Amino acid sequence: MEKIPILRMGDFLLVTIQIDMHDQLALKLQDDLSNAIQQHASKGVLIDISTLEMVDSFIGRMVADISGMGRILGAQTILVGMQPAVAITLVELGLSLPGVATALNVERGMEILRRKIAADGTDERPG
Amino acid sequence: MNAPVNGESPLKSEHDIVLARQLVRKLTQELGFSLVDQTKMVTAASELARNAFTYGRGGSMHWEKTNGGDRRGLKLVFVDEGPGIPNLELAMTDGWTSGHGLGMGLTGAKRLVNEFAIDTKVGVGTRVTIVRWK
Ligand SMILES: Nc1ncnc2c1ncn2[C@@H]1O[C@H](COP(=O)(O)OP(=O)(O)OP(=O)(O)O)[C@@H](O)[C@H]1O
Ligand SMILES: [Mg+2]
Repeated sequence: MEKIPILRMGDFLLVTIQIDMHDQLALKLQDDLSNAIQQHASKGVLIDISTLEMVDSFIGRMVADISGMGRILGAQTILVGMQPAVAITLVELGLSLPGVATALNVERGMEILRRKIAADGTDERPG
Repeated sequence: MNAPVNGESPLKSEHDIVLARQLVRKLTQELGFSLVDQTKMVTAASELARNAFTYGRGGSMHWEKTNGGDRRGLKLVFVDEGPGIPNLELAMTDGWTSGHGLGMGLTGAKRLVNEFAIDTKVGVGTRVTIVRWK
């Protein structure tokens, strides 16, 4: 069966979406990711979409679902490498992807995640 | 021989949606659309193709390279013989979905093109026509 590889990079997980997603594959990825987040106690997930020539509401929903699921499991999601033409189109389509941060590339994404995690650490309240 | 100026492509499976997207990309490139305009048309097509597949029980995409005055453009018609849309006003509201979507497909596709028309009848089917000019 088709499968999207999940790469572990220290505290983070990296998923590169290269192929055309369909329902089944999106569900499988969410499943695999939630397992991986729990297994490695990952603090962040980077979704690399630099090879995608289009993001529609289907992929948008997948990203939003992954991000929501990650949040529940204590990991932040960051979308990296979105092509400019895709970003422009996404705005007009009306997808705001609330709660999903974006970064230029994987390195920047990791920086942002590290900073967010450090900030959250000092923010933590008891109870 | 000249390249065809119109054609039809099935929307009977998830894979057909991928093929339809690739076809729209190729057609917009042939018409000389900018990269952003190509992406807008491909994205709109993806939304409508998926709707025809998901809600309309599959259908087809008809395409035509068209002229409007001195402009060239691409016209796409998504046709299905599914259940139709009972409340079009509701369906054309940002964020409304009858399923598990984001409810952004129809309204989003409309924003991405120059012309947009829906013809739908309960029990008969749905036809969505879009045009984007170069
Ligand atoms: N071809 C169709 N046949 C029947 N109903 C349709 C068709 N296209 C859209 N609809 C109805 O209109 C609603 C809105 O469609 P729209 O594409 O905007 O959102 P969605 O498909 O629910 O979610 P999204 O596209 O954001 O993933 C759908 O939920 C569905 O009820
Ligand atoms: Mg839709």
